[in-house]
Amino acid sequence: MGKTTLTANLGIALARLGKTVAVLDADFGLRNLDLLLGLENRIIYTAQEVLATTCRLDQALVKHKQQPNLALLPAGNPRMLEWLTPEDMQTITGLLAERSDYVLIDAPAGIEQGFKNAAAAAREAIVITTPEVSAVRDADRVIGLLATMDVKPVQLVLNRVRPKMMANQEMLSVDDVTDILALPLLGLVQEDERVIVSTNRGEPLTLEDNPSPAGQAYLNIASRLCGEEIPLIDPSKKRHGLRARLINKLRKTTGLF
Amino acid sequence: MTVLDFINRLLGREKPSGTMARQRLQLVLAHDRSDLNPELLDQMRREILEVVQRYVEIDIESCDVSLETEDRVTALLANLPIKRTREFPLPIGSGSGSGIGSGSGPAALALDRGTRTDTSAQRPAAGAETSALAGPSASLVPGTTEPGDPPAGIQP
Repeated sequence: MGKTTLTANLGIALARLGKTVAVLDADFGLRNLDLLLGLENRIIYTAQEVLATTCRLDQALVKHKQQPNLALLPAGNPRMLEWLTPEDMQTITGLLAERSDYVLIDAPAGIEQGFKNAAAAAREAIVITTPEVSAVRDADRVIGLLATMDVKPVQLVLNRVRPKMMANQEMLSVDDVTDILALPLLGLVQEDERVIVSTNRGEPLTLEDNPSPAGQAYLNIASRLCGEEIPLIDPSKKRHGLRARLINKLRKTTGLF
Repeated sequence: MTVLDFINRLLGREKPSGTMARQRLQLVLAHDRSDLNPELLDQMRREILEVVQRYVEIDIESCDVSLETEDRVTALLANLPIKRTREFPLPIGSGSGSGIGSGSGPAALALDRGTRTDTSAQRPAAGAETSALAGPSASLVPGTTEPGDPPAGIQP
């Protein structure tokens, strides 16, 4: 849940930290990364032409205007799914890795061949899920598959966190999900209406100078990937001061408001 | 949260749904992760017991073989109380072992019931018990017959 949004925002955030980043849309069936990055009108060639060597890699790469450190390799025709092999994906990512610090692969939904292709080309993985039973169960399947494909380390991002519902215990808590999936937590992204606005515009939240809570969460994830230590704060427990603590206690015992 | 929900929560009638979500997930994931269907698990259980029985006499009644998952590691836990060790291991596919190993599902079940009645009645008679195990399962359970029988016997 939220793979493409994470890829777009993380790509921009890493580029802002001075890294060269290539993002690869591996969701050939339902490609959207170009749309979230606002690059849909500038695509000329795709991964398909690069593989067929009918064009050079730098001809196919689409540079982001505001963050030229970031380049997108667009997904080709959906029919690519029929013949694409894990080795092809490894070839493409190998080419991208030569010229960038980070290669982010946006994996397709599901655990079918498309996912396996993407995972075959990955060295490590970030699993993003929401705190809902169906999403956590799916994530567990994905984590199991990644383990068999020797992709590691695998880190977890918890998306669409609703602090109020968590405090009311009407939602799986952050600890519940990390305990069940047994993965280190890389980031917590709160439910944020700004995400929709940013996708409407094709401008990832991490482009902003004063990002909204979700944007800040993506920036923090990028910094953590670069080795910076930024504490993870569980938003459902984040209340300070005597009055706030009293309210929190009241809220926990009664489950009201 | 409605007022009714609130009242139910105060009276302890209703668990918060987050807790339910956690419990349901843990249960379903234990199954997902083991990836063994109950039939295969049962077959494996029978084969493990067969091998162990060649070396030691075990209390089949209190044997427990199950899968447990913790921290993404699934473990096969077998709890097999030993009655006594055998001086010489039985040859492969012989004695009590063959009865359990080759038996189909229901037969194995009947065997379990048979040993239960045996062990409760006469503990020291281990020889009798093994012979009973080796025999055909149907003749083994005179005490626990079909539900239709006892009333017919009592009525006259």
